[in-house]
Amino acid sequence: MILEARRLVFRYDAAASAALDGVDLTLDAGELLAVVGPNGSGKTTLLRVLLGALEPGQGEVLLLQRPLTTWDRRELARTVGVVVQREEAAFPLRVREAAMMGRYAHMGPLGAPGARDEAAVARALSRCDVTGLAGRWVGTLSGGEWQRVRLARALAQEPRALVLDEPTANLDLAHEMELFELAAHLARADGLAALVVTHHLNLAARYADRLVVLHRGQVAAAGPPPDVMRRDVLEPVFGWPIEVGHWRETPQFIPLKRSESA
Amino acid sequence: MKWLALGGAAVLALLGAVAVGPAGLSTDTATVAIIRDLRVPRALLAFLVGGSLAVTGAGLQALVRNPLADPYLLGLSGGAGLGAVGAIALHLTSPWVLPASAFVGALAAIVVVYRLGVVTGAVLDTRVLLLAGVVVGAFAAAMMGAIMAVSSAAELRNAFVWLLGGFASASWQTVTVFAAYAAVPVTLIYVTARPLDLLTLGEEPATYLGADVERTKRTVYVAASLLTAAAVAVSGTIGFVGLVVPHAVRLLWGHLHRTLLPAAFLLGGTLLVLADALARTLFAPVELPVGVVTAFVGVPVFVLLLRRWPR
Repeated sequence: MILEARRLVFRYDAAASAALDGVDLTLDAGELLAVVGPNGSGKTTLLRVLLGALEPGQGEVLLLQRPLTTWDRRELARTVGVVVQREEAAFPLRVREAAMMGRYAHMGPLGAPGARDEAAVARALSRCDVTGLAGRWVGTLSGGEWQRVRLARALAQEPRALVLDEPTANLDLAHEMELFELAAHLARADGLAALVVTHHLNLAARYADRLVVLHRGQVAAAGPPPDVMRRDVLEPVFGWPIEVGHWRETPQFIPLKRSESA
Repeated sequence: MKWLALGGAAVLALLGAVAVGPAGLSTDTATVAIIRDLRVPRALLAFLVGGSLAVTGAGLQALVRNPLADPYLLGLSGGAGLGAVGAIALHLTSPWVLPASAFVGALAAIVVVYRLGVVTGAVLDTRVLLLAGVVVGAFAAAMMGAIMAVSSAAELRNAFVWLLGGFASASWQTVTVFAAYAAVPVTLIYVTARPLDLLTLGEEPATYLGADVERTKRTVYVAASLLTAAAVAVSGTIGFVGLVVPHAVRLLWGHLHRTLLPAAFLLGGTLLVLADALARTLFAPVELPVGVVTAFVGVPVFVLLLRRWPR
């Protein structure tokens, strides 16, 4: 078990209801876990609590069996690589420099990057197929390239777990598919524990080993795609009539037009 | 190669500044005394102050994620000046008390400016921050004017000239005091070079890449206040060095602070030595405040940056 959350409760100051209300979650090595849910269901809050950026009101998070509160930031960065939703560099950076920042948690405060750091960055860039971009300014990259570079930076951290928050927002179809392929491959081939927050339920159902559906800060359903991709589970969560079909073995959901649901 | 050129420029600027002056360069006793007791400490002090201001500017720019940050523009210099003027008005003029009260003023200014900058929400709006810096700077200037008008302290008669910046009072003692004062904060900023790199990505990504964001911010704000205070105490408010120098260094050395900070220190020192040499020779025997010279260079660069960075 890489990551485990027990009965997490979190409430923002002055909020009427809890953003997280008793959430359990586990993440194992070698699996891709997708967290899905409508806007405001608590996905981003859950991520921040899991990553120690927010302190839960109740419950606890265990990383490698150790309470998250006992990890310091650098140690955490050597264990969990994160690609956040929005990020904009304030100053121009080369792709190589940006990826090297994944190594900072392994380096001392001074001195140049060592051979191990260079090797880790080269490996990570190659893994994400962005070696050819190493000399480019990050500001000149396309959305898909920038996402892959940030994923490479997370891999350069040499983490045990990867956390991706809406990694395919604003990407076109091919780049979106490439990113899911890569995330799934990193979990299965490299044995990383991968957690992806996404709006794309159908893609999540096809790539993820397990889904967690959040609804109003609670886990509405969790388990392998066939257990979760059900009309009686998803309709109340998304508040819209749906039908569940299948592509090969994988359940896929189809939102219905009003005229079809009568 | 770039480092060699920068180091060479620094040495040449120092030698040149020591060589020029109304007494010229000769080996008679009077000239040697002028060089040893006036010109050398003056050039060294200008170098150390310039380097400190440039490092402060670079550190603040990373913190507020904007290349327009500068201790002068963010109101730190004004706050430090107000602290120093207040101390003089209260007749507290020992070489260690003056920088200390300037530090309190600078720290108070940055706290107020930062609070105003985040007033619109949890996120720091750099445009609001810069406006807040200007407003706090204006308020500090008004307060200093009021204190100088009302106070009976004789030392404040010349405070207007001192506040525009200058190294006329440089001596070996001020060089020593300043070097001792500035060494700690410069080192503090330098050892946070990597967290500063991460902070330019934004606070959230920086956190997940291993930076202790709050500690980094505290360290740099305190160090920046210390440096600005020390600079203001020995040489008044000198603007735009912290703005122009990091910008020039970014073009040649890139934006990673491990190289940006030392290069900024060297170039900042070099430029202020040259600016001071200009200030005292351009209209000799009348001496221009060095802050006037740096403003002549700095304002056009500020306008240029303002147009290139729309954010």
